[in-house]
Amino acid sequence: MVSTLIRITGDWSLAEDCTADAFEKALERWPRDGVPDNPGAWLTTVAKNKALDRLRRAANEARKLEQIAIMDELEADVNEVTDDRLRLIFTCCHPALPLEARVALTLRTVAGLTTPEIASAFLVPEPTMAQRLVRAQKKIKNAGIPYRVPPIELLPERLGGVLAVLYLLFNEGYTAVSRVDLAEEAIRLTRVLAQLMPGEPEVRGLLALELLQHSRRHARLVDGALVPLEEQDRGLWDTAAIEEGLALVAPVRSVPGGRYQTQAAIAAVHARDDGDYSDLVALYDRLGGGPVIELNRAVAIGMAHGPEAGLAAIAALPASDYYLVPAARADFLRRLGRGDEAAVQYRLALAVVKTDQEREYLARRLAEVEG
Amino acid sequence: MSRYIMFVCVDGDPDTDPAPEPDIEKWVADHDASGKRVGGDRLAEPNDATMLRVRDGKQLVTDGPFTEGKEFIVGYDLLECDSMDEAIAIAAGHPMARAGRIEIRASWPLELNLS
Repeated sequence: MVSTLIRITGDWSLAEDCTADAFEKALERWPRDGVPDNPGAWLTTVAKNKALDRLRRAANEARKLEQIAIMDELEADVNEVTDDRLRLIFTCCHPALPLEARVALTLRTVAGLTTPEIASAFLVPEPTMAQRLVRAQKKIKNAGIPYRVPPIELLPERLGGVLAVLYLLFNEGYTAVSRVDLAEEAIRLTRVLAQLMPGEPEVRGLLALELLQHSRRHARLVDGALVPLEEQDRGLWDTAAIEEGLALVAPVRSVPGGRYQTQAAIAAVHARDDGDYSDLVALYDRLGGGPVIELNRAVAIGMAHGPEAGLAAIAALPASDYYLVPAARADFLRRLGRGDEAAVQYRLALAVVKTDQEREYLARRLAEVEG
Repeated sequence: MSRYIMFVCVDGDPDTDPAPEPDIEKWVADHDASGKRVGGDRLAEPNDATMLRVRDGKQLVTDGPFTEGKEFIVGYDLLECDSMDEAIAIAAGHPMARAGRIEIRASWPLELNLS
């Protein structure tokens, strides 16, 4: 009987105690009520009930601990992601929210950026961004969007939005130099994602892209002044980050690859630093349109085929307000020795510049071409 | 638990997946049984719809549905779910999620003082 109880309760001392209790009860009851038809069954039932009773009472005290333990186990099974920030990101990136709202909300609540900073990253006016955030928060509440990491079967779908957010997060750390912690946060989160989704090459692509750009963080600024890539001190490049980034990048001419892998391949061209820009334009072709990519592509043409070609490519671009267009034009004109025209463009660029470092850099170039 | 309405709609760009469509009667039965579906109906044709507006004290009754064009509501279902994700998962099994589209909106009972 003890072994039956042990099997049921898994607790040796409990089993023995309850068996003893059952015998006691039998000694109490049987003289009064008579010996039952099946004394063995009677004893077992009494002992079992006693055991369950004691377990229940003990459980009330231990319940909290047990529940926590059970929940942890469940979460480890169902939700391999335990990082709280990732839980928040996946929720902010829920597909029921418009994409722009997902990115903005994550930057606001996970990265702690201010509304003006987020507005600048998106090239939109600040009131528009403020409204976007308020609407998104309302929607999470009103629509009952759950606060959690999606279950495993939904994770792949939900990933695209998260990658877009992480990349923007990284960029905010990359362009606004005082916020290096954002870039490292983005890298950290991207690494966790990469470990959790080893079968997803775009996560590795994003990680590679971030690492390769991050590798130049000590060389990009000297005495607070922005240093363009070609002038950077290679000794200040983070070779470990470059190595790790290059290892994650697939060979250019292999499988087409998604957006982040393509951008990582572009970053790899710059990181390899061997003067071979022949793959750049084709890589930009894969990325598609929009003012930022179009300008970068035009600059790539200039790097591969010379500043005249670069200028022609910029001239062929559809009109945009993208603030770096005049700066790019100015740079090609400067390389061609067309100083007066370059000065005009540098002035235009200075009128719309976004950061102090960019302003100082452009002012320095302007002085060069005027001097 | 939150209440959601799914507006089941026709869509100009339906699914082209050749896999067999889910069975609507099974969908209704399953979710009625679980208590997640608390009601719903098919709607009469949009041509049989009536539009009502009251302006400056006058009733303006006209023929026709709320929306013009090829995308209109053909039915609705009321769901009681733990979250939007659950509502999405339930709606995704409806045949019109593929043949049409479904709008999911949270809804709240009016707090009326009925005394």
